[in-house]
Amino acid sequence: MEHGSVTDSTSSTFSIMEEDHTLANSVRFVLNQDPRVAFCGYSIPHPADKKVNIRVQTTGDPAKDVMKDALQDLMVMGQHVRGTFDKAVADFKSNMPAEQMDVDSNHQ
Amino acid sequence: MARQGYVIVDYSDDFSDTVDDDSDAEDARRRCHLTLAPRRDGSGVGASSSHRLLFFDLPSSLNTPAACLQPRSEREVRQGSIPKKDPESSMDIDDAPAQPRNKLPDHLELQRTRVVCKADAPTHTEGFQYSGAFAAMGVDNSVSVEKFCTDFKIKINRLTEDDMEFDMIGVDASIANAFRRILIAEVPTMAIEKVLMVDNTSVIADEVLSHRLGLIPLDADPRLFDYISNDTPSERNTIVYKLHVSCAKGSQRLTVKSGQLEWLPEGSQLTIASPAQPGEKPKTYTSFGQSQKKMSERPLGVKYEDITIARLGPGQAIELEAHAVKGVGKVHAKWSPVATAWYRMLPEVVLLKEFTDGDAEQLVKKCPVNVFDIEELGNGKKRAVVAKPRACTLCRECIKVAADKVKVTKAKVDDKDKADGKVDEGKAEVDDVEVEPQIELRRVRDHFIFTIESTGALPPEVLFKEAVKILEEKCERVISELS
Ligand code: SF4
Repeated sequence: MEHGSVTDSTSSTFSIMEEDHTLANSVRFVLNQDPRVAFCGYSIPHPADKKVNIRVQTTGDPAKDVMKDALQDLMVMGQHVRGTFDKAVADFKSNMPAEQMDVDSNHQ
Repeated sequence: MARQGYVIVDYSDDFSDTVDDDSDAEDARRRCHLTLAPRRDGSGVGASSSHRLLFFDLPSSLNTPAACLQPRSEREVRQGSIPKKDPESSMDIDDAPAQPRNKLPDHLELQRTRVVCKADAPTHTEGFQYSGAFAAMGVDNSVSVEKFCTDFKIKINRLTEDDMEFDMIGVDASIANAFRRILIAEVPTMAIEKVLMVDNTSVIADEVLSHRLGLIPLDADPRLFDYISNDTPSERNTIVYKLHVSCAKGSQRLTVKSGQLEWLPEGSQLTIASPAQPGEKPKTYTSFGQSQKKMSERPLGVKYEDITIARLGPGQAIELEAHAVKGVGKVHAKWSPVATAWYRMLPEVVLLKEFTDGDAEQLVKKCPVNVFDIEELGNGKKRAVVAKPRACTLCRECIKVAADKVKVTKAKVDDKDKADGKVDEGKAEVDDVEVEPQIELRRVRDHFIFTIESTGALPPEVLFKEAVKILEEKCERVISELS
């Protein structure tokens, strides 16, 4: 849910239910890296509520768009992390037999 | 050595009332007040309308507060337009050596990329997150996705069936921590949730026994199952196990192991009501449409067969049926797919001075995990080198060297003091020199050594990929909610 004002779209608070530090802190990081963002931060109003408030203030663009871009960026980062991880695991698995052979030859 | 402090630059124009002379008005307008004040916490940048507070470690060239405190314009007026007196007084921020574009001065680069661990506490733990943190210096601190994608690296160090370690380089702690949190609390697994107790005459209470059953890792891929809804157990959301053990009268005591849980692929065998017509299947606690045998190549058993569930004395028996469902670790830790998932930042140990011969040997002995090693310099000389920084546990034993020495020499001075009745001034000064840190312990801010220990339902590399996927799903959900 977005809390903003009708006249000024550059600053908004996004209330997200069923989320916690996991998403909010990652999004805050991505938002901070965006040059269009003047301020961003998040808070959890009550530890027993499953809710976070993410505040975004921009230098001119609508906060909602910037927020959506940040989430999109985070998704792209996730996809890249998975791709890189897959490759690293495949590399490791293909090198393993070779390494084991080396170990064997050392212990002949 | 860098001094710590913050500079308050006041750009406000309202000095005119304090200046009588018209010729000075222009100077006064350009005058900026620089104030040095001690700083206690980490670095950061704050701003208000007329004050800009720039917090950073000042380079040693600024260690004369007088030079900073003096308004620049006044000095210029007194010394003529070009200040060319002794270098001390002409020091100014403007005189700092020109930095190449997009490169920070070394001391700021260190604060940006490293956490420095001092003897008492770490410093620069926050880092610079804001994209415009160095805008005033012409350095862009923003990170685009493209840049992230080119810089990001993963290297696997160890990968076994249920445990792995890898290096994740070029990522912020907030993202690494999100992966860790998701691994522990949000990647689903199957675990026993409901226990139908038929008979329990053992000493272990029903609820304790049920709790123990819940914690047994099951060898079932959670991706094959749905979350249970409306409390209607079917073959798509429930796995049923039976445990029926008894200890005969007059025999030895018996240990019940997890391996004795028997998987029931056809569902529950406990009937609620007898069949309405003879020949019809009786109604049980589950409504399985088909056998679960076709769902997975492996039988959906327990992961480890040697976990003790209970002990039975002669004449005691346990008969129960356990229903496992899909869940996540944030509801109950029994659903957590990892024993632990954790990361640490890559340690970096820097020798600020050369350690030779005796000093080197002493240093090597100090470190309990053998981070340091001795290098032979050929001519019979030895030198300490940092051989295994990765092993550093940050025990800080090596940076306590100086403090120990100070204590010893101070004690000596005290003894001497008592004997002679005077303090040895020269000796005390030598001690002060010893206090200077000779080793710096740092952590590389964007290099994480990530370890995942799986409980067995899924191999660790699959768990990590699932965790990343869950983060992506979260983003997707919020995007669609905002649209
Ligand atoms: S902090 Fe401890 S483990 Fe690390 S280098 Fe120093 S003595 Fe060794």
